[in-house]
Amino acid sequence: MSAEMGGLTFLDRPNSYIGRSVPRPNARRLLEGRGVYVDDVAVARLGHVAYLRSPHAHARILSLETAEAKAMPGVIAVVTGPELAAICTPWVGVLGHFKGLRSAPQHALAIDRVTWVGEPFCAVVARSRAEAEDALAAIAVAFEPLPAVADMETALDPDTPAIHADLGDNLAFERVLDVGEVDAAFRDAAVVVEETFGFGRHTGVCLEPRAILADWAAADGMLTVHHSFQAPHMMQDILCKHLALPEGAVRVICKDVGGSFGIKVHIYPDEMATCALALMLKRPVKFVADRLESFQSDIHARDHRVSARMAFSAEGDILAIDMDDLTGIGPYSVYPRTSAVEANQVVNLTGGPYKHQHYRARARVVLQNKAPTCQYRAVGHPIATMVAEGLVDLGAEKLGLDPFGIRERNVIPDDAYPCAGASGIKLEKLSHQAALAKLKQMMDYDALRAEQATLRERGIHRGIGLAAFIEITNPSAAFYGVGGARISSQDGCTIRLDPQGGIVASVSVTEQGQGTEGIIAQIVATATGVPMDKVRVISGDTQTTPYGGGTWASRGAGIGGEAAWQAGKALRANVVAVAGAILQADPASLDVREGAVVDMQTGTERMPLAELGRIVYFRPDTLPPGVQPEFVATRHYVPKDYPFAFTNGVQASYVEVDVETGFVRLLRHWCVEDCGTVLNPLLVDEQIRGGIVQGIGGALFEHCLYDAQGQLLNGSMADYLVPMACEMPDIEVAHVVSATASSELGAKGAGEAGTAGAPAAIVNAINDALRPHGARVSRQPVTPDVVLEALGLI
Amino acid sequence: MSENRASENPDREHAVAFTLNGEAVRARVPARMHLGDLLRGAFGLTGVHLGCEHGVCGACTILVDGRAVRACLMLGVQADGTRVETVEGLTESGRIRDLQDAFHTRNALQCGYCTPGMLVTAAELLAEGEEAGDVPSRDVIRAAISGNYCRCTGYHAIVDAVAVTAQARHAARREVAE
Repeated sequence: MSAEMGGLTFLDRPNSYIGRSVPRPNARRLLEGRGVYVDDVAVARLGHVAYLRSPHAHARILSLETAEAKAMPGVIAVVTGPELAAICTPWVGVLGHFKGLRSAPQHALAIDRVTWVGEPFCAVVARSRAEAEDALAAIAVAFEPLPAVADMETALDPDTPAIHADLGDNLAFERVLDVGEVDAAFRDAAVVVEETFGFGRHTGVCLEPRAILADWAAADGMLTVHHSFQAPHMMQDILCKHLALPEGAVRVICKDVGGSFGIKVHIYPDEMATCALALMLKRPVKFVADRLESFQSDIHARDHRVSARMAFSAEGDILAIDMDDLTGIGPYSVYPRTSAVEANQVVNLTGGPYKHQHYRARARVVLQNKAPTCQYRAVGHPIATMVAEGLVDLGAEKLGLDPFGIRERNVIPDDAYPCAGASGIKLEKLSHQAALAKLKQMMDYDALRAEQATLRERGIHRGIGLAAFIEITNPSAAFYGVGGARISSQDGCTIRLDPQGGIVASVSVTEQGQGTEGIIAQIVATATGVPMDKVRVISGDTQTTPYGGGTWASRGAGIGGEAAWQAGKALRANVVAVAGAILQADPASLDVREGAVVDMQTGTERMPLAELGRIVYFRPDTLPPGVQPEFVATRHYVPKDYPFAFTNGVQASYVEVDVETGFVRLLRHWCVEDCGTVLNPLLVDEQIRGGIVQGIGGALFEHCLYDAQGQLLNGSMADYLVPMACEMPDIEVAHVVSATASSELGAKGAGEAGTAGAPAAIVNAINDALRPHGARVSRQPVTPDVVLEALGLI
Repeated sequence: MSENRASENPDREHAVAFTLNGEAVRARVPARMHLGDLLRGAFGLTGVHLGCEHGVCGACTILVDGRAVRACLMLGVQADGTRVETVEGLTESGRIRDLQDAFHTRNALQCGYCTPGMLVTAAELLAEGEEAGDVPSRDVIRAAISGNYCRCTGYHAIVDAVAVTAQARHAARREVAE
């Protein structure tokens, strides 16, 4: 932590906003219905596109008749896959550091074969979306259905056809990790537990569906793209590449984004097609997914089956973990981040809180004819956490140990850092012991156990579940860049001081509601000494912000925030240098506080920033000779000493299971989390809570259901359940603070911690409740029928 | 088939007149256009958010004759003769200023997409509470907003914001009564 700034750290600077629960300045606009989401952008000559999507999981397109559609009212164009391919080149979702990862070229509109229900293969652009949809119905398509690979368990069987003949089989990627003496550890173990865990497919269900508006201004040679997206610079780069445009010809603007959760950071065929159509038709074209399209074509996630076992000593030490993960990712690895990352994370993260030395994991990633999967909030984390925490609870039961006790015994001690986990991950500073201790006290564990025992006698089945976890945040180039993906891991912030003493800060990290702009304003205000209400933040525009990665993988605060901090400090240094020249004072004796240049020691005001601004901007002729003020400062930041800043936490869930109906009632939920320096408790806590609720969704409700032919069975919010307010408990959040020494602010990420740990806590709680019945569940979502099946009632 | 379609002409326009955020308005609306699209398209009220268009998510919730209604489940033609209020109108009238302040202070919103619908539903709940003279419990608030999905917040802060507003209004009423 920096001791500069006049001997004060950022936490005790007189006007520090860091660590304070400051409301987000940009939230007022959203509260008044004045947000600007993509569908709110008004553009003249707009064409609305609707896509014809495959009704088959796998089929050859024999013929496509578009003449009638072209004659329909309002229709501007009907465009097929081959026509679009003339201006938009295909892509392949592989990365160099995933050795052996394979996929096939994917087109914006499928050319002659469709490979999942919902894959777009023909576009209609019309004067309204309704007219475009009318025309879709007039397109005659002849399909030859092909065998569909629906079940990932049989995708690798020799008699299962390869979805892409050129690849020979359906294995996209395989990773094997074997550390220590796993076989010997299991041979010598006092206790071995094993389980097969199922993780259903689910998806992000952003309330604002995916949306993109592409406007090609031929006269300017400029494609302006309004996009509901997390990574504008990445989108710009990819549009340039596949539409053969120079960098300066593409501007991507991401204003308000109605939820993202990792869904809006991938390249989608329909979005690429929309941009290509704008070029082709030389007019703006807009695509807004309807909800059915969202379920069919947003990336899905999870869909893993993990068989795993854990070895223990007689005293309860975890000796080894051995696991096998199988995941189905749909017909293509998604571009450009690939669909191998989730399985890779499961391998990296499983058992991450613990100090065992023997670890073996195999992950196989297979192709199938379902919607493509890719990175969604807490990529791999809920799977890794469930596997380890499920096994730990099984071990505790067999050994007669308390769930807290076995975790306290096995977590890497707080004084053991820095160190490496069994999978090889580098851990700078975690706090499992402190977090467990805090949680135990916070939830009054012993009293809760007593209540559970009393109620059990009355036939009320309550359970307590714990889940310790680690989270990957602040990723360096190790995540994507080293594999050849043109995804920035560095981010920047440019700060300008205006004449009245106001600040404009533009940042390359983006806002989807996490509060990015809010924390940037807090940091900038603290660093520059300008009141927060005089700070305006600009984000989400490739033309007006520094180059950067955007917001994903819990990196906005830790990386973008540090860039803003450094830029703010640089600007402040520039300001006191000029003020010193004017005031004939040593700049080192000056500070900026509350919008004025002050004497560092006494705090006495020497000159308001507005006066300084007046001189600098309007009377530069009166400045001392040789003084050239630079009231703009830019700094960039990327973590260099660790590939990732791991965080940790522990969650607990208290549930009641109705053993007659199988319904699970969530009574209470707790989370203790360590994201390093807490910039804004108000924002972090609700991030954690939101993440927990999304994790609960996956644990209990959310499931993309397919039949054996690869047909999607639920495509509306009425039959894909997401958590509702009445089903959710109040959630208590607390923090342990282990700042990262990688940056001055010391902030790590917090966006995915909730989702990482919640499912395991819930499932462990359900199993704790079911224990007297000798029943247990291991397949998510744990719907009532899963519970009743476990109880042997159905 | 296409002739049949033409004879039904779903785009045939109908004249409607209604009160929108306190102003008398007129519009010609295609028969098949839902009220959400009409408010967004013809009147630029983009605070009406469309999340599912199946009446499930609640993002498009507005008040029609004082009752919370899904704008996506009502046809534009059905607005004829009604009194429609959206988040824009409720904002300008100042009627939900306290609720908006509470949402802001408690960070009861993240991406903001569900927020207008959530505020409208909460406004209706608060109005009902005022009529009944009571303060809704957290459970009652949770039940009331269960037709409004939020994917960001975890709901906890929203419940806090509605609860604190209900308590403040109740206290203000008591003060007036005393």
